[in-house]
Amino acid sequence: MSDAIISFQGVSKHFGSVKAVEDASFDIQRGEFFSLLGPSGCGKTTLLRMVAGFEIPSAGEIMIDGQPMSATPPNHRPVNMVFQNYAIFPHLDVRNNIAFGMRKAGLTRAELDKRIDEALELIKLPGYGKRGAEELSGGQRQRVALARALIKQPKVLLLDEPLGALDKKLREQMQIELRQLQQQIGITFLFVTHDQEEALTLSDRIAVMSEGAVIEIASPAQLYESPGSRFVADFIGSMNFFEGEVTSSTGNTMTVQTGALGTVSVSDSRAQMTSGQKAWVAIRPEKMQPVFSDPGTGINTVTGTMGPSAYLGDRSHFYVHLPQREEPALVALQNLERSMNHLHKPNQTVWLQWTSDAVVVLPRD
Amino acid sequence: MNANRPWWRPDGFTVYAVIYLTFIYLPVLFLPLFSFNKSKYIAFPLKGFTLQWYQKMINTPDLLEALMNSVKVGVAVAILSTMFGLLAAKAVTRYRIPGRGAVMGFIMVPLVIPGIILAISLLILISQLDIPLSLWTVGFAHMLLCTPFAMLVLISRMEGFDRCLEEAALDLGENAWMTFWRVTFPIVLPGIVASLLLTFTISFDEFVLAFFLTSTDPTLPIYIWSSLRFPTKIPAVLALGASIFVISFFVVAFAEWFRRRGVKTDSTSGF
Repeated sequence: MSDAIISFQGVSKHFGSVKAVEDASFDIQRGEFFSLLGPSGCGKTTLLRMVAGFEIPSAGEIMIDGQPMSATPPNHRPVNMVFQNYAIFPHLDVRNNIAFGMRKAGLTRAELDKRIDEALELIKLPGYGKRGAEELSGGQRQRVALARALIKQPKVLLLDEPLGALDKKLREQMQIELRQLQQQIGITFLFVTHDQEEALTLSDRIAVMSEGAVIEIASPAQLYESPGSRFVADFIGSMNFFEGEVTSSTGNTMTVQTGALGTVSVSDSRAQMTSGQKAWVAIRPEKMQPVFSDPGTGINTVTGTMGPSAYLGDRSHFYVHLPQREEPALVALQNLERSMNHLHKPNQTVWLQWTSDAVVVLPRD
Repeated sequence: MNANRPWWRPDGFTVYAVIYLTFIYLPVLFLPLFSFNKSKYIAFPLKGFTLQWYQKMINTPDLLEALMNSVKVGVAVAILSTMFGLLAAKAVTRYRIPGRGAVMGFIMVPLVIPGIILAISLLILISQLDIPLSLWTVGFAHMLLCTPFAMLVLISRMEGFDRCLEEAALDLGENAWMTFWRVTFPIVLPGIVASLLLTFTISFDEFVLAFFLTSTDPTLPIYIWSSLRFPTKIPAVLALGASIFVISFFVVAFAEWFRRRGVKTDSTSGF
């Protein structure tokens, strides 16, 4: 028996003729860090706002901890939200912002003060209680918004792109803190983001959305290493796609004939495809190993010429022109040694090698 | 501009600004000046200092009654038109209303109708309905005039603040009513104060509507206008004018001080 804290049951939301969310059905488990990931306009924020109660589903039902929520207004739902712009009350100081939702909690003044102090401790802002909203930095506002929601002890904390407004260093720091916080307090987090790296870093599971539909729900590693569709493979990280056709399929092993890579053998494939089916052979840039002298073996190897390259500090990206493929393949190489010569000469001949379990095969239509 | 320029050699803009301010404020300053002048006639040279006109002002019941009439109408109009303005502003900025443009247009029309036209139309309407003229009819006409001003002030304040704040209050467990009192009201409060002051001022010195729609109870502008025919009454009116000038100076200064601190402090905490 699964322990679902939120259950979407055929949830749709239409704004006039626009289908913002279309027939979403999935469960979020208790204690999970669950992300809704997708490009802007994919319906992820609408889905979140339906959980909060700010939007009413056009069809379907959202269950929170086994209770149907259709008839429950936002102020009676056991969830709390961290808004994209934090929505800190500008006329209240930090303490009163955090205390805002506790009016009906039936605590004495002393109990409440203790809870607020604990919350300030939790978000690492002790002594900031008397600060006004305008005196806080972006990161501090975000923490206050977190404390204000968490002090209510919600069953699910909803986060609407809370890190989008922060600069890169602070965002990375807040990602780690958010993850630690979630593991520390054990509350289910439902997190909305368009940043795939952020979703991979934070989540136990991710739902990838596109144009109102949930395309795939899986763990970060599974989405990255074994995506179920070309859309997911393309949206998460970078991917080289090669057109091909399955020539043989036995058990877990498949052979795919491609124009650019020749015959590719694939092991441990998620997609079970039959001989003759059209396929995409997909390989991540870091899983193609460049070699600058002839390795002598023709298996899982392709010869190309070096195109433009980019030095990114920890790694270098370069494009390799392959015969019979218009678009160059992207190859990523870790810069394991200190060197001023990580950029390679254009037009140099290069051999790309991969292992057969680095290859993903996806249906092509 | 050159910061090293000596003060006795101002540039063109400074000269312009000084002339402009003089033109506006010098006539107003004659009011207190002559109110302390020991002469019935408003003319130079000044005859000497006296407080007798202030004494006379206090001892003129008609004048004080007119003042009280204006204050009564002004306060009632300010409160009611600000309330209507607030409701309308909330409706216009928070909900999707069919025909919103047309509704807004109709509410704003009194702003551009000449006062005299509005006054005549209201007089005809009110006499057709057999309603006796009184301070009530004046107040009603002033509300018609003041509500669009209140709306303009409050709509700009409502549009300026983030809808998410109200959603956050709902999300934290408050219902719509408490969300209004704990979030919307304190944030809009400076706009409410501005609207109260503005509408009170408009009603307080409005002449044309009051002239047409009042009966035996004159408002202050009507009283002052009718006093002009009797030169002996004028110095007391000057004393009253000077008093109102000083009081309104402090009221506006207070309102500005309140507006600046209003945003930062918490006046409505539930604890």
